[in-house]
Amino acid sequence: MELLDFLTPSDEISANGGPEDHVVLSSRVRLARNISGVPFPGRAKKSSREESCEAIRPSVSGASAMRGGFSSGMGDLKALDKQLLVERHLISREHAAKGGGSALVLNKDETLSVMVNEEDHLRMQALLPGMQIKQVWQKIDRFDTSLEKKLEYAYDASYGYLTACPTNLGTGIRVSAMLHLPGLVLTDQVNQIVQAVTKLGHAVRGLYGEGTEALGHIFQVSNQMTLGESEADIIERIHKVVLQIIEHETNARGTLQQGKPKELFNHIGRAYGALANAHIVSSKESMNQLSLIRLGVKLGMFDELKTSVVDELFLITQPAHLQQLVGEKLSGEERDVHRADLLRTRLSGVQGPQVSE
Amino acid sequence: MKCCQPDCDNEATVHLTEIVNGQMKKIDLCEECAKDKGVTDPQGFALADLLLGLGASSEMESVSAELECPTCGFTQADFKKTGRLGCSTCYTVFGEPLEGMLKQMHKGTQHVGKVPKALRAKLDITKQRDSLAEQLQKAIETENYEEAARLRDQLKELESVASVEEGS
Repeated sequence: MELLDFLTPSDEISANGGPEDHVVLSSRVRLARNISGVPFPGRAKKSSREESCEAIRPSVSGASAMRGGFSSGMGDLKALDKQLLVERHLISREHAAKGGGSALVLNKDETLSVMVNEEDHLRMQALLPGMQIKQVWQKIDRFDTSLEKKLEYAYDASYGYLTACPTNLGTGIRVSAMLHLPGLVLTDQVNQIVQAVTKLGHAVRGLYGEGTEALGHIFQVSNQMTLGESEADIIERIHKVVLQIIEHETNARGTLQQGKPKELFNHIGRAYGALANAHIVSSKESMNQLSLIRLGVKLGMFDELKTSVVDELFLITQPAHLQQLVGEKLSGEERDVHRADLLRTRLSGVQGPQVSE
Repeated sequence: MKCCQPDCDNEATVHLTEIVNGQMKKIDLCEECAKDKGVTDPQGFALADLLLGLGASSEMESVSAELECPTCGFTQADFKKTGRLGCSTCYTVFGEPLEGMLKQMHKGTQHVGKVPKALRAKLDITKQRDSLAEQLQKAIETENYEEAARLRDQLKELESVASVEEGS
C-alpha cells in the first residue's frame, strides 16, 4: 500500500481533540530498545543493518496492535512521504534521512509508530492528542511487553535497557508533551517557565525536537534522565510539571484578557487580517499567526472557526503537506504563494474575531 | 542576521541554541565560520561534548584511551566522534569511565524500571543462586556440614529449574 493511501486525511486527524487541548496539543512516549548480541545500528555495516532490519521488522508488523497498519522500508519511501511523516511527528528527522536497512511500522490510527534501525534497533512511540501522558505510557508499555516475547532485548541488570546513546540508558523512555503557550509568550513569562522546567531536569525544545526553534508558540517538554528512576516516577513528574504549565498558561491568558484586552485583540485581529488577505506567507509566519488565531478560537472570539480547522491549517501549510495537497513539487517561493492562497480561501469566508465590549 | 564572529560580515545560516546551566546561548554563524569551527563537520567536532555536556569526551579519554571493545571494535575515539556506543558489550568494556558520566547525567546508575518478563525470572534465580552460594560458603567455613548439604541440594534444584527455563 502507498503511504498516501494509508495516512488519515489531515482534516480527520486534526478533528481528534483531547483533554486540556487548549494548551496540550499532544502527548507522546517513546521507548528505545536494542536486540541482544547485535551491534547498534550506528556501528553496524549496511549489510548487517539490512539483516537486522529484516529480522526485526516482521516481529513488529506482525504484532496484534499493528493489525491493519502500515510497514515500509525507509528506502522504499519517497522523500516527500518521509517529510509528511516528520510533519506528523511519526518519525524523527534523523530517521527520514535513512534508506535501506531501516524501516517504519505504523498502526492503523497512527497512534503507534516504530522506527526500526534509527539510532537504536527499535524506537517505538505512542502518540495521542491532548493531555494523555499516562495513557500513552500504558499503550507503549503494553506494546513493548508484547514485543519482548518475540525479540530478545539487550538488557543489563544494573544498566537496564542498553541504548546506543548513554543519555537514553536504563528505561530508554522519553515522555513529552507538545504545549501551545501563546499566553506565556505574550506576557513575557515563557523564559522563566523554561528555566524553571530545565532546572527540574526536564528539556524544553521547539516543534520538531532537538535543535528546533519554538515556532507557533509551541514547546515540547520532556524528561532528560532515564536511569535510576522508574518509568512510573518519570511519568508522574512530567505529568505534574505539565499540569503546572497548563495552569500558568491559563492564568496568563486570563491576565491578558483582563489587563491588556486591547493588546491581545490587536494581536489576534492582525493575525486573522494577515492570513485572510496575504498573498505570500512563509511557513514561519503562518505558524505564528495561526497560533494567535488558535488562541482567539480558544478564547471564544471566532464564532465560525473550530480549533480542528486551525489545527488542520497548521498541518497542511507545512511544506510536505502543502506539496501533497497541490500535487506537485514546489520551490520555497512557490510554496509561500500556495500557502497564502490556501489560508486566504479558508479564512476569508469566516467571520473575523469578535470582541465583546 | 549577520554571523556572530568578529571580522565576519556574512549572512548567518547556521544557528545553534544551547542551554547551559539554565542559560540559553544562541550562536549564529555563516557557513564558512561554521565550517571553521567544525560545527558542520561531525568528524572534527566532539559531538559527545555537545550531546553529553562539555568534558564528557575528555573524561572518557583520560581513563580509557587504550580500551577497545572486543565485540564491535569500538574505541574511545569513536565515542568522542559520535557520542554513541557501538554495542551492548561496550557498556562492560567502558563501564568504569562511563560510570562517572552516567552519575552526572542521570538520577542514579542503577536501573530501577521495567524488566523484561523473561529476564525477571532469570534475574530472580541468579539472585537466589548467589545468595545460596554465599550461605553455602559460610556453612562450609563454619564446618556446619548438615546445613551445607541442605544448601547444596537447594542450589542443585535451583540450577535445574534455571536450565529448564533457559531451554524453553
